[in-house]
Amino acid sequence: MNKKVLVIEDSSTMRSLIVTTVEDLKGFETVEVKNGIEALKMLPTQKFDLIITDINMPNINGLEVVSFVKGHPQYQSIPLIIVSTEQGEKEIQKGLSLGASDYLTKPFHPENLKKVIQKVMNGRA
Amino acid sequence: MKKQDSLLKDFIVEAEEIIETVDQNLYLLASENNNGEEPSPSVIHSLFRAVHTLKGSAGMVGLTPLASLSHRMEDMLDRLRLGKLNWNNSVLELLTEATNGLRASLQSMSSPDQKIADMTPVMNRIEKTLAGEPLQEDAALITGGVDPEILKTFTEYESHRLAENMKKGHHIYEMRARYKLDSFDVDLARTLEQIKPFGEVITSLPATGLSLDAGILFKIIIASKEDFIHQEIKWAGEHTQIIEIVQAGDQTSRQAEKPVLSQINNNEELSDSIRSVTQTVRVDIAKLDMLMNIVGELVLSKSVIHQIAKALIEKNGYSSVGADFQKTLDNMGKKIGELQENLIQVRMTPVGQIFDRLVRMVKKISREINKPVNIHISGEETALDKTMIEAIADPLMHLIRNAIDHGLETPEERTRSGKSEVGNIYLRAFSKGNHVLIEVEDDGQGIELQAVYQKAIEKKLADARREYSPKELIDFIFLPGFSTSKKVSDLSGRGVGLDVVAKNISKLSGMVEVITDPGRGTKFSITLPITLIIIRALIVKIGTETYAVPLNSVSESLIVDLKDIQSIDQRKVVQLRGHTLSLLRLEELFHMNTPSSSETSCYVIVIGSAEKRIGLIVDDIEGQQEIVIKTLGNILGSLTGIAGACELGNKKTILVLDVAMLIEVALKKNK
Repeated sequence: MNKKVLVIEDSSTMRSLIVTTVEDLKGFETVEVKNGIEALKMLPTQKFDLIITDINMPNINGLEVVSFVKGHPQYQSIPLIIVSTEQGEKEIQKGLSLGASDYLTKPFHPENLKKVIQKVMNGRA
Repeated sequence: MKKQDSLLKDFIVEAEEIIETVDQNLYLLASENNNGEEPSPSVIHSLFRAVHTLKGSAGMVGLTPLASLSHRMEDMLDRLRLGKLNWNNSVLELLTEATNGLRASLQSMSSPDQKIADMTPVMNRIEKTLAGEPLQEDAALITGGVDPEILKTFTEYESHRLAENMKKGHHIYEMRARYKLDSFDVDLARTLEQIKPFGEVITSLPATGLSLDAGILFKIIIASKEDFIHQEIKWAGEHTQIIEIVQAGDQTSRQAEKPVLSQINNNEELSDSIRSVTQTVRVDIAKLDMLMNIVGELVLSKSVIHQIAKALIEKNGYSSVGADFQKTLDNMGKKIGELQENLIQVRMTPVGQIFDRLVRMVKKISREINKPVNIHISGEETALDKTMIEAIADPLMHLIRNAIDHGLETPEERTRSGKSEVGNIYLRAFSKGNHVLIEVEDDGQGIELQAVYQKAIEKKLADARREYSPKELIDFIFLPGFSTSKKVSDLSGRGVGLDVVAKNISKLSGMVEVITDPGRGTKFSITLPITLIIIRALIVKIGTETYAVPLNSVSESLIVDLKDIQSIDQRKVVQLRGHTLSLLRLEELFHMNTPSSSETSCYVIVIGSAEKRIGLIVDDIEGQQEIVIKTLGNILGSLTGIAGACELGNKKTILVLDVAMLIEVALKKNK
């Protein structure tokens, strides 16, 4: 069965880039949402194997998504990758300490995203 | 390659939307800027987010020029939103210019023939703006009583917003609301919308560690300038509770109240923790107006009862019942007086409220016209009625604009005349008896009386055959259509003249006076009654009509022998302690018939102050009374000489005279 990835990103370009990159990988499929609130709504509807989230989003930011996922037993085991810019160093640190598995800074090369995904998923296999 | 193509298409669509958003936000910032307001943090932040997204996406699709320009903009906006760069006009200009660059660059992608504008100059200018060290935030981040769990998920921007709000002494609340899982997105959005009018939502965090069976619990951190905890709001969520985690004005942390979540089951416990938090209530000013009117009517009824009591005692003679009645009545009168006093106190707010706005405006104008100005304020704590404060804001703004524009010289002129390069404007407020004085003073060139005279002759406002005292000359500047400025400037030459200022102040039962010292500066002082609503008035009879004259503008009343009234140039005057006092008969002004009278003397009420005063001829003085001034509405509201109407205790409605206007009219008539 394919691994299911939840992509949380408010920029449509960025989202479609992440989605196409993830689907390039064998055995992955994606569900995309535009923000933290949609993500929280999506979570209970299916079983996810990975979450890729942006940090700077209105109302519920990416860090809050990480904290929510890690704070609930039913989601706790889902690994998260956070995507931010190089200026967002402090936020990346916070995300990692909240339990995110890895991070990427924008702009990134699609190959790097693939590598990070593989690293995170292999670490769990 | 095909994938790249569709990605590019996606990008162009997104970029167009983003630039639209950027335009809208820039427009908001520009209008805030024009109003002399600080830029809204939320607008700066959404601008940042838009440009941030654009930069990310442009970089991903390999559009380097667009990416680097948006990157520069993002850097600038990042510093702005985090308080590391000060907002000013040139920042706004740069952002607008850069946005135009973004748009041009995007357009050149869809129509390749179009020449691409060179982005280097604007990029260099942004670089130059950012070249200095970023402003430092306070070393220790103020986090107050905010739950450390929440702080962990704060982005840098959210931390900054919290710190900013605490620095400003705003209230910080934590709101907890539980929503049903299937509708929390809609409900949360509604709650956030409900909060908006009261304050800024810093973050909303979905709580962790709880079973989701009962719904999803959100902790929302809210900063608010005003206390909104007691607002009656039907919140969207279930079991919504708000606790204040940092009290307004309290920068140090307060013990965070942390109710155990599992206890949030019934509303009684909730209200318990809510009640303990704050002691302030927000009240609509209209409700206070209504209370004030009721008190006003009580005051009137009291005087009627007094009259009845007097009549009864006169008729039936003095008895113990009469004495008791009188005593109780006096007591009640005293209590009504206290009630009124306290109610006035409730309505009082410090003038500092508008001073802040004025200072911002001065800074903005000074930047715009390149005239450095120092503004000095004092007496911000002076209290005035809330409605009065709002009404005086525009006249003050106009006087200050005038002072900067016409009063202060350019730095070069100032240096030449041996003054400091930077002009000074003093804005002062202080109490004086039952009045508040507000002064606007500049150390500029003063008003050239000769120029005023010339202009007044030119405009046929002055009589060339007559000599005018400096005081009389100054008064010309308050006449409609008068302006001595050689050039019409963008600032104060916009049609609204000092005549409007004088009229607005007179509407508030206030007066404005000018003292000017050519070469050294000008001072406008505005005298205002503390409150407009209940005032003491002198009730007078003129012909068959009864009028009320606000007592605060009456300096004395005299009985004048008709034979002492002289006529000079068709105006009636009387000698009062060596000075000539002009007299005014209201019948003449209002074009009413003067009933012939066999009296040999009349009453004269002296109104106004200092040199600007006149005597009002009245037939009888009925006494003093407290009155509640009501406006005459739109149709009759602009009648010259009438400030409003009031009811006397005996259900009789009379007109209240607009003293400042009458003086104006009388003195003008004399010229």
